[in-house]
Amino acid sequence: MSLLEIQGLGISFGGVRAVNDVSFSVKQGEIVSVIGPNGAGKTTLFNMISGVYQPGAGSVALSGEPVTGMEPFRLAQRGLSRTFQNLQIFQNMTVLENAVTGFHLQERGPVLADLFNLPGSRRRARQAEEGARALLARVGLERAADREAGSLSYGSLKRLEIARALAMQPKVLLLDEPAAGCNAVETEEIDHLIAEVAASGVAILLVEHDMKMVMRISNHIVVLDHGEKIAEGAPAEVSRNPDVIAAYLGTEAEHADG
Amino acid sequence: MSELLQFVFSGMTVGAVYALVALGFTIIFNASGVVNFAQGEFVMLGGMITVFAHASGLPLPLAALIAVAVTAAVGVALNRLAIEPARGAPVVSLIIITIGASIFIRGASQLVFDKQIHSFPAFSGDDPIHVLGATILTQSLWVIGGAIAIFVGLWLFFTKTLLGRAVLATSNNRLAAQLVGINTKFVMTLSFALSAAIGALGGVLVTPITLTSYDVGLALALKGFAAAMLGGMGNPKGAFVGGLLLGLLEALTAGYLSSQYKDAAAFIIILAVLFFMPQGLFGRKSTDRV
Repeated sequence: MSLLEIQGLGISFGGVRAVNDVSFSVKQGEIVSVIGPNGAGKTTLFNMISGVYQPGAGSVALSGEPVTGMEPFRLAQRGLSRTFQNLQIFQNMTVLENAVTGFHLQERGPVLADLFNLPGSRRRARQAEEGARALLARVGLERAADREAGSLSYGSLKRLEIARALAMQPKVLLLDEPAAGCNAVETEEIDHLIAEVAASGVAILLVEHDMKMVMRISNHIVVLDHGEKIAEGAPAEVSRNPDVIAAYLGTEAEHADG
Repeated sequence: MSELLQFVFSGMTVGAVYALVALGFTIIFNASGVVNFAQGEFVMLGGMITVFAHASGLPLPLAALIAVAVTAAVGVALNRLAIEPARGAPVVSLIIITIGASIFIRGASQLVFDKQIHSFPAFSGDDPIHVLGATILTQSLWVIGGAIAIFVGLWLFFTKTLLGRAVLATSNNRLAAQLVGINTKFVMTLSFALSAAIGALGGVLVTPITLTSYDVGLALALKGFAAAMLGGMGNPKGAFVGGLLLGLLEALTAGYLSSQYKDAAAFIIILAVLFFMPQGLFGRKSTDRV
């Protein structure tokens, strides 16, 4: 079953069509990558799916239910989680506190129980902290747990964002350039992490510029150019597609062909 | 000695009110980054609504409860009608909106109520308590006690409850807060309601001592703002200490120098503090990523 179903999604900014009529779906345990040149509309597409932008046209369905244009916090409650290309981290909190916020929905209990520090409230807080520490270990940040998030490198913050997103136990996970700013070793670690998460049954939608990574881990690739879907298919098909090559290398590729 | 004690008592009473106004500033500032200059109007509404509800025959506690509830509703309306629609505008514009709202509330109160000075009876009678040769009104104890209770309650709320921490998360990064499932619109509504209710409670507590009229809000907003700046904007502890400190400064200046200089002295000391500690007494240095 498709966990995430995108149907004819489009949006315009001041008359410019940033994304136009894009459709695809992501199944459980599948890794789908969205690729395309800079400015192709990948992040805009992500922003529409995750409720940051209101789509001008089309629909988004999560587990078969329509969620088009729903606010991000409601999508989070329904099991859609994402990371950002330009990071959305609580800069003034510690790394551990950032990861703990990912347990917000699971940690919810009566306000009065919290106020009087009742056993149930303490237990929930402890579970959230243990879960957060386990996730930090999973992304290789356990030793940075007590540092202020703002002091971390870009690559580490990327991994912290992934840990926070995973804390929410999402059904669908949108990753916007998770490997950007990471070195080769870190990139490979993220590779493994994403494959693992997908194997656990999460539907993953990925935007990534590291083509080697995309080709290696994706089950399915959607190619955008100028806001339109120009191709989709398995990695091997897509990388041979002449339209895709033209979009990436410019029209010279066509001249070279002919 | 007894003279000093007398000044301290009156300084603490006024300071407790400043502290409540500063706490109101802090809550809204933390949730939205906006300095809400209508905060003083909440104090005015708390006092004025109690006066008129009481005058219409309601018992004082009920009148006070109505005043706090109505003012909280005004706070929510301020957010819904004036702040939320302008979301995305620069913070400076939002602050100017709150100044406009403050003028509007003052004008509307003048029409709904009147231009007279009002009061209602003190909660525990008018007999002062004698301490070491100085006297303190029982109502002052209500004001100081109320401020302490609210401060402790807020501190517990923000540090111990998930909802309180959700407010802090929203102030830190609104989008990230949404991502982890926090309803940031509700957090904003809650912040304005809480902030307005605290201001109104301050108005209810202090009116038997200082009296009230439709135009007491502006001075309170300025003093409360100064107190919040002195303590470090956004820090509840700073707001509380800053408020008490400002009240004491005023009372001591009025007592030992001249009451005409009390505002000036207070503001000079604030300027001096901010000159050497721009983050205020308890403010934390902001670190920007470059």
